[in-house]
Amino acid sequence: MTKTPLQFRHNGRDVAVFVDGGINLLVALRELIGDMTPKFGCGQGGCGACSVLIDGEVHLSCLTLAETVNGRSIETLDGLKDGPNLHPLQRAFMEQFAAQCGYCTPGMLMAAKALLDRNPSPTRAEVIEAISGNICRCTGYEPIINAVLTAATSGRARA
Amino acid sequence: MPVTVKTFASFGEAASAVSSDRGARYLGGGTLVMRALNEGDVSIATVVRATDPALMRIDIASSRVTIGAGVTFARILAERDLAFLHAPARSIGGPAVRNMGTVGGNLFAPNPYGDFTVALLALDATVSVQGGLGARDMPIEEFLQSRERQSGALVLAVSCQRPASADAFRYRKIARIKPKGGSVITLAAHLPSSGGRVSGARIALGSMAATQIRARAAERALEGRPLDGAAISAAASVAAEGVSPADNALGSAWYRREIVGVHLRRLLSGLE
Repeated sequence: MTKTPLQFRHNGRDVAVFVDGGINLLVALRELIGDMTPKFGCGQGGCGACSVLIDGEVHLSCLTLAETVNGRSIETLDGLKDGPNLHPLQRAFMEQFAAQCGYCTPGMLMAAKALLDRNPSPTRAEVIEAISGNICRCTGYEPIINAVLTAATSGRARA
Repeated sequence: MPVTVKTFASFGEAASAVSSDRGARYLGGGTLVMRALNEGDVSIATVVRATDPALMRIDIASSRVTIGAGVTFARILAERDLAFLHAPARSIGGPAVRNMGTVGGNLFAPNPYGDFTVALLALDATVSVQGGLGARDMPIEEFLQSRERQSGALVLAVSCQRPASADAFRYRKIARIKPKGGSVITLAAHLPSSGGRVSGARIALGSMAATQIRARAAERALEGRPLDGAAISAAASVAAEGVSPADNALGSAWYRREIVGVHLRRLLSGLE
């Protein structure tokens, strides 16, 4: 089986890999690029642990055929911080104790980033809707929602 | 096991590729086919894609809308003129699934999914299908009844009428998890009226049979009557007629039969 060349932007950097037919973007990111921040949860689209942004929109990388992202821009949690400086969402998650086991956190952060990029002042209901595809099995939703709202406030204060 | 991925610029070429290869599956938004591949479905040897812009079109006329099979639920939600379809689109998945899942793929989604198709069935949609023998339009009911035999055919677009008023089309999805969860029952009703009486009602149910079905007895109970308490009670009392739901983790068949009338009554009464 021949491999297919694939090029895309990964957190602002151009990358090129060869992929086997039918592999998903999550496998390409983790095993070929070495970005371990998107997590494998269910492989079915039910949990959101693998959430990444494709051209600014949140997608499930486990259900994205790797070849379909050729030429597109992928953002993962690995690109969220700016050098040593955490993103306001990461800082808020840390300060609000929004991570327990932490497995859902990368997906939660990317779903929240997609929301704040589009809507910098979301309501609580909009935050709940934005993370509705992301499951936290520690059930720590309240601190997560509070952290996203805090990050929105601090982001506005900085801007 | 690696699969072969074939990408075509034209929808017709993709349809030929699917119809000539038993191991080929068409990839829309990926929420069904990639899930099958992730689970190791060895029946898929070839994944066929099409980048044809025709699949992404939305045509809105005064009385009908035509939506390309590749249009996502996020795009439906961004179209103000498709407001009557916003409730079903919003009831599907979380934001990521709505950015990926397509109108065409939803026609093939098994229980407890396929909520958008319930709305399309109530709206008497037409499905444009292209197979090895050419293109044709078929009523959505005929499409759903023969869905399992449609493996060699591709859906290009669906079209449906626009309800005359916001009140004439109603949709309700019963899920255990809010705002996101699989369907216990999904209900949609198109209730055109003429002279204050229901004329040509269509009520569709999801998760109440192997495919989305119409509640014909309930439709008959409304026909020619004003949408009042007596007519709504008559429709609700026969809502379970002709259904054949299954047991699953979200609810038992018995439970679904018990509650379908309750939810149909709420839908028709305009209760939240």
